[in-house]
Amino acid sequence: MSDTPLLEVDGLTRRYGARIGCADVSFRLWPGEVLAVVGESGSGKTTLLNTVAQRLAPSEGVVRYLMRDGTVRDLATLGEAERRFLARTDWGFVHQHPADGLRMNVSAGGNVGERLMAVGARNYGEIRATAIDWLGRVEIAADRIDDGPRTFSGGMRQRLQIARNLVTHPRLVFMDEPTGGLDVSVQARLLDLLRRLVAETGLAAIIVTHDLAVARLLSTRMMVMKSGRVVEDGLTDRVLDDPQHAYTQLLVSSIL
Amino acid sequence: MTTYNFAYLDEATKRMIRRALLKAVAIPGYQVPFASREMPMPYGWGTGGVQVTASITGPDDVLKVIDQGSDDTTNAVSIRQFFARVADVATTTSTTEATIIQTRHRIPETPLSPGQILVYQVPIPEPLRLLEPRETETRIMHALAEYGLMHVKLYEDIAKHGRIAKTYAYPVLVEDRYVMDPSPTPKFDNPKMNDSPALQLFGAGREKRIYALPPHTKVISLDFEDHPFEVQRFTEPCALCGSTGVYLDEIVTDDRGGRMYACSDTDWCERVRAARAEAAE
Ligand SMILES: Nc1ncnc2c1ncn2[C@@H]1O[C@H](COP(=O)(O)OP(=O)(O)OP(=O)(O)O)[C@@H](O)[C@H]1O
Ligand SMILES: [Mg+2]
Repeated sequence: MSDTPLLEVDGLTRRYGARIGCADVSFRLWPGEVLAVVGESGSGKTTLLNTVAQRLAPSEGVVRYLMRDGTVRDLATLGEAERRFLARTDWGFVHQHPADGLRMNVSAGGNVGERLMAVGARNYGEIRATAIDWLGRVEIAADRIDDGPRTFSGGMRQRLQIARNLVTHPRLVFMDEPTGGLDVSVQARLLDLLRRLVAETGLAAIIVTHDLAVARLLSTRMMVMKSGRVVEDGLTDRVLDDPQHAYTQLLVSSIL
Repeated sequence: MTTYNFAYLDEATKRMIRRALLKAVAIPGYQVPFASREMPMPYGWGTGGVQVTASITGPDDVLKVIDQGSDDTTNAVSIRQFFARVADVATTTSTTEATIIQTRHRIPETPLSPGQILVYQVPIPEPLRLLEPRETETRIMHALAEYGLMHVKLYEDIAKHGRIAKTYAYPVLVEDRYVMDPSPTPKFDNPKMNDSPALQLFGAGREKRIYALPPHTKVISLDFEDHPFEVQRFTEPCALCGSTGVYLDEIVTDDRGGRMYACSDTDWCERVRAARAEAAE
């Protein structure tokens, strides 16, 4: 781990009118680290994720990011062009519902190739070869490259969404309930895959889940949210094996 | 009896359209919104082009109107007659004599010259529309020159057909900045847009957009390194005038499946035939 965090979040608050989405959240994320955000429904996990990822404007607080060029930038000061460029090159965003993160009318190859073309790739053969490589990495057979996501199962769509995000080698991936809508056996396979990809690529990730098993399997550190606030955070094994906050204790005992 | 202002539109409307045209010329390839007016013809009959032509026509202009490449189709004839009546403007079928050429599809085969203006009737001005239906999003994409999606479209074409199958409304990049839809021009004519000495104006009536290519603007058709842009090639010469390297239409000659290929540009075809006849004498 390097000595500069990839991401620094300080006092981040997002309100919806008078209602609190998330409040006063602070944390650091280091390169290669996987942080799980857990908590019950409505606790503010998605709000926090979207606000950190600049998909929602914060009401208060700061998000700083270590750019590829080594500078640390307050993301609020990025122009729209810079922000969108960052989001489609150095970041990934995996939605719970693949339809929100895929182009449903574009072939699997086109879905994976889009980011490459967005950053200037202009060689069809190379784009295709890269797409085939990434489809393989997410365990989608090369002969499905010209098929559309509509012909894919839920698990395949989710894997396609992951490939589409990882093709530009982002350093940070945001995931909102990536295993959410899937059968248990399909979930297990996807989790294995995610764990392998994280290990292989060394990317950092923030994974929102209400499933503590997902947090256990994928994350090194976790934050527990309740009513928009972080009530406990620490190394995943420590939090799950020795929860300190009463709410975490309840959460852990009700699941395990 | 109703009397019309010169060229049908009132002067305030013409001024509004000219302002949009000036902005369009200043930012080549950028779609300028304008307050499109009702015209005495249905959308799809080129109301955008007609409004542009009406706003730039003066008493000394000579107007040519083509639909496909022909001066004689219903659409071309009625627009030509419309301007002859409301602007009392001279009309012609000759590409070289015209000062303004309004077109639905083709760019004439006869090279255009400085001072000429080509006015395109455009049905769908937004090249990103099919891929991204949200106008708020396409606007941002243009503003930030985020055009990866255009290549996704071409990628899909190659994946499906083994080559870029798009034959008309083939997207171009203007002055290395704005992606533009030359719709519904056949891609055969795309190279003529590049570095043209003529001024090219595009009017989309239903969609209320105007865009432009000033003379000598760089216009490049999008492609891949390993699937470069190519124009249609015709294996035979024109059956009527013998021209090669021009755009040909397939013409059914009888009800027994007989067909021939002939120039889509009727003025060009007649001109070549006349020159042949003269040379033969
Ligand atoms: N667009 C919105 N407008 C108003 N309130 C919202 C909006 N989105 C979320 N909220 C509120 O913010 C709070 C946090 O919601 P959020 O979606 O972040 O929770 P979550 O932890 O992701 O829940 P879940 O596990 O159900 O996805 C909730 O009280 C919710 O009602
Ligand atoms: Mg949520």
